[in-house]
Amino acid sequence: MAQINTAKLKASNRQAGRKIGGTVAIFVFLTILGLFMAMPIYLTVIMSIKPVEELFIFPPKLYAVRPTLDNFRDMFEVLHQNRVPFSRYVFNSVFVTLTVTLCQCVFASMAAFVLAKCKFPGSRLLNHIIVIALLYQSNVIYIMQYMVMAKLRMIDTYMALILPSIASPMGLFLMRQSISQVPDSMIEAAKVDGAGYFRICWQIVMPNQKPALMTLIIFAFQAAWNIQTGALVFQEQYKTLPTVVTQAASSGMARAGIAMAAAVFMLIPPIIVFMIAQKHVIETMAHSGIKE
Amino acid sequence: MAQGKTEKKSSSLWRSVKQNKACYAMLAPFMLFFIVFTVVPVVMSLPMGFTDFNMAQPPKYVGLSNYTTLFLSDKVFIRSIRVTLVFALFTGPISYILCFLLAWLINELHPKLKTIFTLIFYAPSMANVYTVWQLIFSGDMNGYLNSFLINLGLINSPVQWLTDGRYVLGVTIVVQLWISLGAGFLALRAGFQNIDRTMYEAGAIEGIRTRWQELIYIVIPSMGPQLMFAAVMQIVSSFTAGTVAQNLVGFPSTDYKAHTIMTHAYDYGWVRYEMGYASAICMILFVVMYALNRLISKLLSKYMD
Repeated sequence: MAQINTAKLKASNRQAGRKIGGTVAIFVFLTILGLFMAMPIYLTVIMSIKPVEELFIFPPKLYAVRPTLDNFRDMFEVLHQNRVPFSRYVFNSVFVTLTVTLCQCVFASMAAFVLAKCKFPGSRLLNHIIVIALLYQSNVIYIMQYMVMAKLRMIDTYMALILPSIASPMGLFLMRQSISQVPDSMIEAAKVDGAGYFRICWQIVMPNQKPALMTLIIFAFQAAWNIQTGALVFQEQYKTLPTVVTQAASSGMARAGIAMAAAVFMLIPPIIVFMIAQKHVIETMAHSGIKE
Repeated sequence: MAQGKTEKKSSSLWRSVKQNKACYAMLAPFMLFFIVFTVVPVVMSLPMGFTDFNMAQPPKYVGLSNYTTLFLSDKVFIRSIRVTLVFALFTGPISYILCFLLAWLINELHPKLKTIFTLIFYAPSMANVYTVWQLIFSGDMNGYLNSFLINLGLINSPVQWLTDGRYVLGVTIVVQLWISLGAGFLALRAGFQNIDRTMYEAGAIEGIRTRWQELIYIVIPSMGPQLMFAAVMQIVSSFTAGTVAQNLVGFPSTDYKAHTIMTHAYDYGWVRYEMGYASAICMILFVVMYALNRLISKLLSKYMD
């Protein structure tokens, strides 16, 4: 096993002159730190498959003696008691998440390109406002947002869940920072060839922005997947998975097992999206390596 | 260009707006939602700090009295400033350095290992698992940490990690650090992948041999934008932290030992419904974060040049 790892590490060295010892040291360091980081999540997974009687024994064990899916079964049982079929919540969450993620990525990319690469009246001010929006955190905003949504008659519809999340200043800021690294000469050359800003953005700049775009997809998906319906929606048929799963799990520590099962269940889709997106991020490097 | 000529009479500002109409068109979809759901609520919330607003009655103008009360007679607020500064001083710089260091070290590994390690370090910020931390730091013998320490013989009786005033801030800082490898970390990881490989080759020709040289002469100078992004995210997460403490050590925490400014704002806003006072608190926090952001962006741009 160690030999395979060493071979892998060797292959990753960019230059032949790289010392293999350093890479091994990095691997060992990251593994040790990684074990500490992964511990709470490992415990969450373990506790989600522990039967009730194992949850509170001394000393607490780091593994499940008799693993069971009872916690997951109980969670789904609670969820099935709702008036609306479970599939409806799944549909709501998938619909809201995909719409928000898609709109956020498309809109933020275009706006980021313009803010990073074009000079026009107001561009400096807008760049400034985006950072201010990131830094300004006030608990009164939610009330004001609610008032705006109530004025627009959006409460108790899908709109209330989707529209406020579309324009994320963080997503725009991320893309703007990344696009600002594209050399101006590239854009000037495209302009000389007669390409408009829209085409430059989507055909020249964005294909080179895979790492940032994939990162934005991870952020957007994760945030949208966790949108709680809160006071925005009252009708059961518009509620999302996080809302109902939290309800099912919020019966205190006596049901810690269910809370763990809920956490594990909600974590699976973002992790799948993360893995796919990260694969693309890392392939970017591999491809540009082959080209040269 | 042709339009510029036909619009001779209008001012030069209007002309350049017209010239750049493609830019405005591409900004429009984002700005529409941004203005309606962020700018309008923010602007509406700005004057709230000067009012007495309990959500039931319309806000009443009270001048600067919220601010004078905060600084002159609210002892808990003064304490929360200290807690926030200690908290931010520990979590901000440490997690910023960790974000960069780990993103860099991961970048030195084989592609398959990169994905796995990135997931391991990023996963905590995806997961919403306060319950497990409560069990780890649980004050009875069943708590993982207590039982571990008792088994090692380091302590004789369980420590009240979550209620003992001596530990609550420390525990909160640990958990905050655990979840802090979030947006900044991932953006830096993406930044590393975006560095032009020819830069490394050119560097090798010019005699760059070790990882450290590569880091200092090639990597950092070409990561300015990502470093700035991570800095902003780290400022926000370390100064506005409050949910970690509230979920972990209770609200209010023992002796207000983990009572941050944001927790104080939450207290007045959502517990006592004194929204005017709460917005004044948030406004002070914003001014501090804004100043810090200006300072860091000055430092970074100086370093990058």
